[in-house]
Amino acid sequence: MAGNHEDHRGNAERRGEVEAGPPPDAHERVTALLGAWALVACSVEESVLVEGHLADCAACADEADRLADAAMLLEPPRSLDLAPELRAEVLDGCLARRPARLPVPSWAAPLDAEAARLDALLLDMADDEWLAKVPLRWFEDDGERGHTTTVAGVLDHLRALDGLLARLMGLPDPLAGLPGLADPDDPTARTLAAWATTGHGSAEATGGEGNGTRANGAASWEPWRSQTRALVWAASRTGGRMGERRVPGALGDPGRLPAVGGAWSLSDLYLERAFACWTHAGDIAHAVEYPYEPPLPPHLRLLVDLTARRLPGSIAGRRRAGLARSATRLTTAGSPGRTLHLEVEGAGGGDWYIPLDSPVAGVSRTAARGAVAHVALDDVVFCQLAAGRIAPDEAASGAEGDPDIIHDVLTAAAGMSRL
Amino acid sequence: MAHETPPHWDRNMRERLRRGEAAALAELYDRFASLAFGIAQRVLDDEAATGQVTREVFATIWESPDRFDPRQSTMRAWIAGQAHRLAVSRLRQRAAGPETHAQVRDAATAARADYIVTAMPAPLREALELTRFQRQDYRQMAERLGINENEARRRLRLGLQLLSSAARYGAESAEASEAPAHAGEREAR
Repeated sequence: MAGNHEDHRGNAERRGEVEAGPPPDAHERVTALLGAWALVACSVEESVLVEGHLADCAACADEADRLADAAMLLEPPRSLDLAPELRAEVLDGCLARRPARLPVPSWAAPLDAEAARLDALLLDMADDEWLAKVPLRWFEDDGERGHTTTVAGVLDHLRALDGLLARLMGLPDPLAGLPGLADPDDPTARTLAAWATTGHGSAEATGGEGNGTRANGAASWEPWRSQTRALVWAASRTGGRMGERRVPGALGDPGRLPAVGGAWSLSDLYLERAFACWTHAGDIAHAVEYPYEPPLPPHLRLLVDLTARRLPGSIAGRRRAGLARSATRLTTAGSPGRTLHLEVEGAGGGDWYIPLDSPVAGVSRTAARGAVAHVALDDVVFCQLAAGRIAPDEAASGAEGDPDIIHDVLTAAAGMSRL
Repeated sequence: MAHETPPHWDRNMRERLRRGEAAALAELYDRFASLAFGIAQRVLDDEAATGQVTREVFATIWESPDRFDPRQSTMRAWIAGQAHRLAVSRLRQRAAGPETHAQVRDAATAARADYIVTAMPAPLREALELTRFQRQDYRQMAERLGINENEARRRLRLGLQLLSSAARYGAESAEASEAPAHAGEREAR
């Protein structure tokens, strides 16, 4: 290029077209290059050409100065880790000034917040971190199970299961009509079918070039995020009071997702999806070694409460399946059943009295006082236990009473986990 | 930078804010909070004050969605402009001596530069970011973006010309920033 330029100038000079000052073609070439030059983004030959010209041409020298100063003003786009508390503060502040006509119901707020936190984590991750292997874990038949997938695979999994709730809310089911999905109500089948479509199911499949990177992951990221937004919007449209509504059917997998009092309420389904979003965001964060905080205290409290309310059903299920270690005691009408005092510590904690003999038996104050066992554990640990991320024998920070009952309750908590 | 929004998204968002949809407010926050926070932080360098500016930006549009006019600017540019203006005025309230006056000017210039980069058309911004932060020369950048070398040189020059107006206007003219960015937008199309 530089040689080329010399030829041009030589020709121009030979033709006598340039009398004084720099040759016009050089001037044009230099002005075109000024931006690249100011950013130190042209070749050595071009830099020499530009700098030689600047000595002779005041107009170019002036522009070059201005552009070089401007280049110094460019700041790298910073990846800001905004505190999750700021989100709640800003939104609450806005709503205090002008109440929403269409508020987000309290039971959909955790899903809204957890999806936003996972979204921020994904935005923060470097391209190659999308290649990270993410192990998923759960308990089944009282043993640990696991499957290793990718970041995109986790998002596919979340989307496949959020899709059940989407369908219930009158939104499109992302897996509707998917060939190979024989039972669209079976959560595990849904995840496997989604993975079969995207090819994100196994971590081994991502060895290929570019597979599993951000660009590829975007195919899973955007649809997952849109669906969570649509779910929050649908909850707003439905209204807070409708959260009480009982949902027919167990929405898949009744064994492992014991319904509270026999049927799930809409609000609990939303909380369960927030719980799953947090759990899997934690899996991703762990895989890429990012810190990940628990949900905001009021949200954490709702998730702990949901988990505690699901526990009696899981205890009863294990007893029916013959997995219980403690002796069965049939409740007779009118006599109170035994209870376990579950003390959850931390900002999301509280006290729950878990009926041990019948999941539907109400727990009276007297029965609560006479709890046959007492287990204390941390709020986050309790959730991680129920998510299959912590083993039952590692969970409790304190326990008193019949060790078989305590074992059964903690194992029943772990038994609520699933893929 | 991620989270570019098309014009129909901006219009639809304003409509949902008008209707008082809290979910829309949350979505707006998720897309633009780090933009507003980043610009305010560059001016104020103070976490608490930066959080205040961020609150104020979102409260303004939530209370009066019509303050944003999709025919005048993009949502992204509007949020960036608000964050810049509120941050500079907060800094000015704090400022007293001649030293702080220079500080206000420098911070305002830096924030204006951020704002201009935010508001400029994406093709110009990408060209600048690839060369400046990924240290690509303009030929590599051209290849990466699938454009010819002439166009690559043109984008860098035009982008820096827009940016150089940040230093030309003083701290007083946060509003004037929309003019150059929009001129660039027309030229880039």
